[in-house]
Amino acid sequence: MSHEELTARVRSIIAATQQLPQERISADSTFEELGIDSLDGINILFAVESEFNINIPDEAAQSLRSVRDVIDGIAKLLDSGQGNQATASA
Amino acid sequence: MPRRVVVTGLGVISAIGLNAADFWHALQGGCSGIAPLKAADRSLLRFSNGAEVRNYVPAQHFDEKELGLLDRFAQFGVIAAREAIAAAGVEWTGELRERTAIVTGSCVGGQNTQDDGFVNLYRNNIPRVNPFTIPRTMENAAASRISLETGVVGPTYTVSTACSSSNHAIGQAFWMVRSGAAELAITGGSEAVFSLGFLKAWEAMRVVSPDTCRPFSKDRRGLILGEGGAMLVLEPLDAARARGASILGEIVGFGMSSDAFHITQPSPDGAARAMRAALYDAQLEPAQIGYINAHGTATIANDAAETAAIRKVFVEHADRLAVSSTKSMHGHTLGAAGAIEAAATILALRNGILPPTANFTGSDPACDLDVIPNIARAAVVEFALSNSFAFGGLNAVLAFRRFETLPSQ
Repeated sequence: MSHEELTARVRSIIAATQQLPQERISADSTFEELGIDSLDGINILFAVESEFNINIPDEAAQSLRSVRDVIDGIAKLLDSGQGNQATASA
Repeated sequence: MPRRVVVTGLGVISAIGLNAADFWHALQGGCSGIAPLKAADRSLLRFSNGAEVRNYVPAQHFDEKELGLLDRFAQFGVIAAREAIAAAGVEWTGELRERTAIVTGSCVGGQNTQDDGFVNLYRNNIPRVNPFTIPRTMENAAASRISLETGVVGPTYTVSTACSSSNHAIGQAFWMVRSGAAELAITGGSEAVFSLGFLKAWEAMRVVSPDTCRPFSKDRRGLILGEGGAMLVLEPLDAARARGASILGEIVGFGMSSDAFHITQPSPDGAARAMRAALYDAQLEPAQIGYINAHGTATIANDAAETAAIRKVFVEHADRLAVSSTKSMHGHTLGAAGAIEAAATILALRNGILPPTANFTGSDPACDLDVIPNIARAAVVEFALSNSFAFGGLNAVLAFRRFETLPSQ
């Protein structure tokens, strides 16, 4: 998956869970700017885990402060072999 | 003049003891009941530890027919109530049964039963659910069973306010006895949390520690779930004295508040309002409190917010208070937490020993209180608070007094 595609999917998930217009959300947006609190954050991660079929550890979840943090975190997990492709081949 | 309300019986079943004596022995020894979970498949969970009630044999307490009607949470409530009633030496009469209240707390009731039934329905394609699912699952199952066993026919009900449930329950019972609405009360709470479905729901909240429960500690990583139950017998001081009952302690105040802030994040203002309300109800000044059994869940958010709340209420006296979280030993038992911690507080005042905060590794500047790290402390304290703060922003605080028994009594 390209970085652009990953970014687009994450923006779309956040838009859907937060009921925000997608154009308000960029990779540089912080959770604070978007009004995302801790409970919203775990809801977004739940949607992300389902979308990409990954498991985000609690410790990693605690350090997420921006959309970019989420994108980078997913990329790292996908690179490590988690996710849709691994499931498809299983 | 409102009546004084004393505790004449106490029963506990927990991860650190199957009765009040063993529970107290573990608390004063700083022994934690947190261990790898046996009730659920740990490979399906991000966390692996819990405070389970071990070596508990249901058949030692109930016959098969009774067990068919009692979820594990209700069993814990009934066992704790039996111990409390026996310790109090209650002698039932028709009139006393009419004038006795039973008020219990539970957050999730018989969710083990529900989980089992729904696994059969959804996964095993068994189209029938056990007909006892409803009476087993209802949050008032323990209260109703205690009523059936004792023949108590007075006001009997259950309060469900998440992690504050049993503090709310005990507070209600305390007020009923104080006001004369009841002559005796059996009150407390119970919970059984270890079903896979419920554990997965907690996992998704991302507040469960991957190792252990370290309240107020700099490296705390979240709460550890626990199960169990505790019950108290409350009665007016005069009645207890008249029948020569042994008095374990006194409840002197109860305060409640709602944060109206956030569905899961704690608010120091709401917690402070509940502590102030308990002090006001008890007609106490903050400086009279010597010990607080904290809510102390060991989540990042709770412990810092609770510290801030204690500082708001007690100001400089906060530095002279001892505070500990016994959840470090018996885990967070949700709807039973207030009851188990009330038992811990009553026993601490009675024995002149304050239980520690176990698993403590170092101070967090955001939690700069005297948290009695790891080792119990001998201290004669007259007044104590026990805090419960729930998801949903609902707070309930009880105030206790050490009961001085004169040599002639």
